[in-house]
Amino acid sequence: MDEVHDPAEATQNTAPQPAGAVKIACRNVWKVYGPKPEGYFPDGSGRTDDPGALIQRLRNDGCIPAAADVSFEVRAGEIFVIMGLSGSGKSTIVRCLSRLVEPTAGEILLDGVDLLKMDAKALTDVRRHKMGMVFQNFGLMPHLTVLENVAFPLRVQGVDESARRKKALEMIALVGLEGREQAFPRQLSGGQQQRVGIARSLCVDPELWFLDEPFSALDPLIRRQMQDEFVRLQTMLHKTIVFITHDFLEALKIADRIAIMKDGRVVQIGSPSEIVLNPATEYVREFTEDVPMVRVITVAEVMERGDATPGSDGGSDGGSDGGPTVAPDMTLEAILPHFATADAPLRVVDADGRRVGRVTPQGVLKALAEHGERLEEA
Amino acid sequence: MTTAVDDDALAPAVAGRIDPVLGVWLAVVGFGLVCVLLRETAPWIAAFPDAWVLPVAAWTNAVMDVVVAHTDFLFRAVASALEWPMVALRDLLVWAPWPATIAVFAAVAHRAGGWKLALFTLVTLMYMVVVGYWEESMNTLALVGVSVPLSVAIGFAMGVLAFRSARAKRVVMPLLDLMQTVPAFAYLIPILLLFGFGPVVGLIASAIYAAPPMVRNTIVGLERVPPAVLESAAMNGCTKRQRFWWVEVPSALPQIMVGVNQTTMAALSMVIIAAIIGGFGDIGWEVLSTMRKAQFGQSLLSGVVIALMAMIMDRISAGFADRSRNADRTEDAPGAPFYRRRRHLLAAAAGFVLGVALGQVAPLFQDWPKALVVYPAEPLNQMVEYILVEWSAQIDAVKNAVLFFLMLPLRIGLEKAVSPFTFGFELTAPMIAGYWIAAALGAAALAWRGRVYGAIWLIVGAAVLYFGVSGLPWPAFMAAVVALAWTAGGLRTAGFALGALLFILLTGAWEPMTRSVYLCGLAVAICFALGGALGVWAAHNDRVSATLRPINDTLQTMPQFVILIPVLMLFQVGEFSALIAVVLYAIVPPIRYVEHGLRNVSPEAVEAARQMGCTPAQILFTVKLPLALPVIMLGLNQTIMYGLAMLVIAALVGTKGLGQQVFLALGKADMGMGLVAGLSIALVAMVADRILQAWSRRRSAALGLDAGDAA
Repeated sequence: MDEVHDPAEATQNTAPQPAGAVKIACRNVWKVYGPKPEGYFPDGSGRTDDPGALIQRLRNDGCIPAAADVSFEVRAGEIFVIMGLSGSGKSTIVRCLSRLVEPTAGEILLDGVDLLKMDAKALTDVRRHKMGMVFQNFGLMPHLTVLENVAFPLRVQGVDESARRKKALEMIALVGLEGREQAFPRQLSGGQQQRVGIARSLCVDPELWFLDEPFSALDPLIRRQMQDEFVRLQTMLHKTIVFITHDFLEALKIADRIAIMKDGRVVQIGSPSEIVLNPATEYVREFTEDVPMVRVITVAEVMERGDATPGSDGGSDGGSDGGPTVAPDMTLEAILPHFATADAPLRVVDADGRRVGRVTPQGVLKALAEHGERLEEA
Repeated sequence: MTTAVDDDALAPAVAGRIDPVLGVWLAVVGFGLVCVLLRETAPWIAAFPDAWVLPVAAWTNAVMDVVVAHTDFLFRAVASALEWPMVALRDLLVWAPWPATIAVFAAVAHRAGGWKLALFTLVTLMYMVVVGYWEESMNTLALVGVSVPLSVAIGFAMGVLAFRSARAKRVVMPLLDLMQTVPAFAYLIPILLLFGFGPVVGLIASAIYAAPPMVRNTIVGLERVPPAVLESAAMNGCTKRQRFWWVEVPSALPQIMVGVNQTTMAALSMVIIAAIIGGFGDIGWEVLSTMRKAQFGQSLLSGVVIALMAMIMDRISAGFADRSRNADRTEDAPGAPFYRRRRHLLAAAAGFVLGVALGQVAPLFQDWPKALVVYPAEPLNQMVEYILVEWSAQIDAVKNAVLFFLMLPLRIGLEKAVSPFTFGFELTAPMIAGYWIAAALGAAALAWRGRVYGAIWLIVGAAVLYFGVSGLPWPAFMAAVVALAWTAGGLRTAGFALGALLFILLTGAWEPMTRSVYLCGLAVAICFALGGALGVWAAHNDRVSATLRPINDTLQTMPQFVILIPVLMLFQVGEFSALIAVVLYAIVPPIRYVEHGLRNVSPEAVEAARQMGCTPAQILFTVKLPLALPVIMLGLNQTIMYGLAMLVIAALVGTKGLGQQVFLALGKADMGMGLVAGLSIALVAMVADRILQAWSRRRSAALGLDAGDAA
């Protein structure tokens, strides 16, 4: 059942992209472990007509392609989630983005400049000022207090003591750790330690924010709390985010777009609902099986389109004028409570206040049933 | 490469083909038999002829003479460069009135371990004052005070080098093995030749001897810095230097401090041993000279000084290691006022000034008056004498019993040990025949029940007991050891064992080697029987464990000399005393490892056994011990190392063997002889180490355990 999916097709999967210029882009990036892997990429671009054949050749020669022909673009202000199981290459890729892991071939374009062509000094500069990263196991310095840990990136840059203290205190307040400034990491719970990690990664006001399975080491309740915190922070900060996770539901919850990886390759890129509703491969579909459809299907997908004239009335569904209105991008889960109070169809109103259609309970049930059937058939 | 298969899992003969391991062992037994039968006709089999010995010692001396003649100015220069800070420190310590010195130490102790340790330090140092050993103690302290920083610096630098470069590591690691297994006395000879006579020899020897733990802990500490910490350092844009000093070293600091603790203890131990050169009026010399004069009261009183000194140094350096692990710097936080953050420094300075002022005012504080010295050496001597007189019959009985029925047969074999004087009868031909028939029948019975290896072990054991370790023909001895190495660790280990034994044989160290192996082997066996039993007890009883722990700690921090004192007092000079001393020193690892191994057996396995209705004894013997065996084997390894180290020191109280050779060489400043004997001891230790490590690794892998992290 392990069909090799053509990643070119996956990347063509055009999702509704959020506004903003491309902040960071990955072009045909490869990371191959083994003896002299550069030899397989004579021009270093990573572009090849048949990546599948090259992967096979590498494996036959005893090399391990941890990331193979990975391409994607992340736009400014977007939350881009890379989701995959362990060994899928997701952690390798996020490390390639900052050259913690040196890619074997390909391009990493940050604001259009190839990161891989930078010398060590320029790279250090980029890391110091433009990037922040949160690690699965926190990566806190055990010998430093919370305050010193958060201020560490500034200390490295040579910022003077009082300025970095001020900034660090600000960040500690942002993540809600006031009062624990003098504690040491081992005196904190896992959730608190990761808050320190988050505060530290934000201390230099990075444009790019990498999070490598930031919540995986936490227990489920804390994890959910931290996810909510994360969403709250992002509405304030508007960073460009690359978020790594192995948890499909976490990806659905926070992502603007998701890239799903398997065996070092990207198998599908798309918005959460796109991936759930149109999984590109059997592999992706298996993840979607446990997803509660009401959380993914949006109003826009089940509504009966009506006229878009403001103020005009559909006529046939009389009395609906007084009922509640819903937006097209709301999930079914969000609108279900309305059916409990109003038995009439709900009016769908877009951002400009124009009426674009209506949702009936029957329509909702029909959509859910269709998805159920599709799963049964598969 | 053929690696050997696990003994228990072996079917003796698989489908008509004899298993290679069994084949090798059968060949060894056969070969041994041939050797024994031929030893009358070919005497070179029984004893390696002197004419065949390569004069390695003489060659070494010739080379050394040339080296010394051409380079000694260089080494002398280093020596005087090191002598200067040491003499300065000694002068300072001797000049400073004792209250001043004690105040500084108490402040340091308080910072390391709070009020209890400060009080302990105070009382301990007061003992040195009151007994009248203050100056000797300060002389020793000056040596340690220079050699520890030197050793820490050398060790840290080597550790960082080995951590940074895989090539350096490949050189450093075997060097560490050698540095730690070559006995301390053997170090002294080349240093003596190169650096000349005087206390600086002790200083340099101890700096070299004490460096390995620092190197190892530095490497381990740096290697264990979590990858996420390093990655976050990279993401924060650390330069290489920032990463090293701000991230790697501080993260590794707790481990590095463990190294400082171990290095300090090793340095003190070596400084005491180096006292044998004399000339510095230090406390080690005091112990040694009084011990030689059989003044037990005096040597006991000065030995206590060394023991106390070791305890303070251990507690203080361990206290700092703990601090670095559980830093709780609420009062040291940057916000706290200066006088709080630096209170220990201020207290030490104030105490020092006050002490010096007191010394100016009252002579009592400058030098403790002779009249006030409490020195109960004479009463102690009388007490010892009384005990010896009253209990002489019992002491002699024990001593002779062990000597005649255990030590002698093992050394020269029943063949020679049984005489009317010792056993009360002569060994007759029918008896000999009976012995061998009994052994053969036992072996046959075991083989019949499928325990072929048991049978082979029985035959080998019977042969060792009959001929004695010294009486075994060397080709048979060699074949058995190489076969053992091959069974445990494959061809590489076997090759190493063969090379090591050939070196010992060809340099003429074979005979003393067998004597060392016999004494050490016996001591290790006793240690394991006693220590193992204590370890089992401690593993099942928390109170026993809590009682044994401080005793073990004390025995381990004790410089080896000190252990000799009570033994010598009771049993006088001789091999028996040496045996007791070695046992006392080497009994700690079996206790610790057995307890650790048993306590860490997976509770699920024990629970399952209990559920199946095993009795406690069954659980111990069928579940816990087999599962703990890899860890216990590492303990055996440690025991052998400790035993060999102590063996050399025990040469002072009269043993024959490699230890004695080293000791004699030191007396004659005979570099070649010392080198050959010292290297031989190191090689014995390394062969035992390789075999046991390989066995333990294979066993752990078979059990799916990780014994490497033990203890």
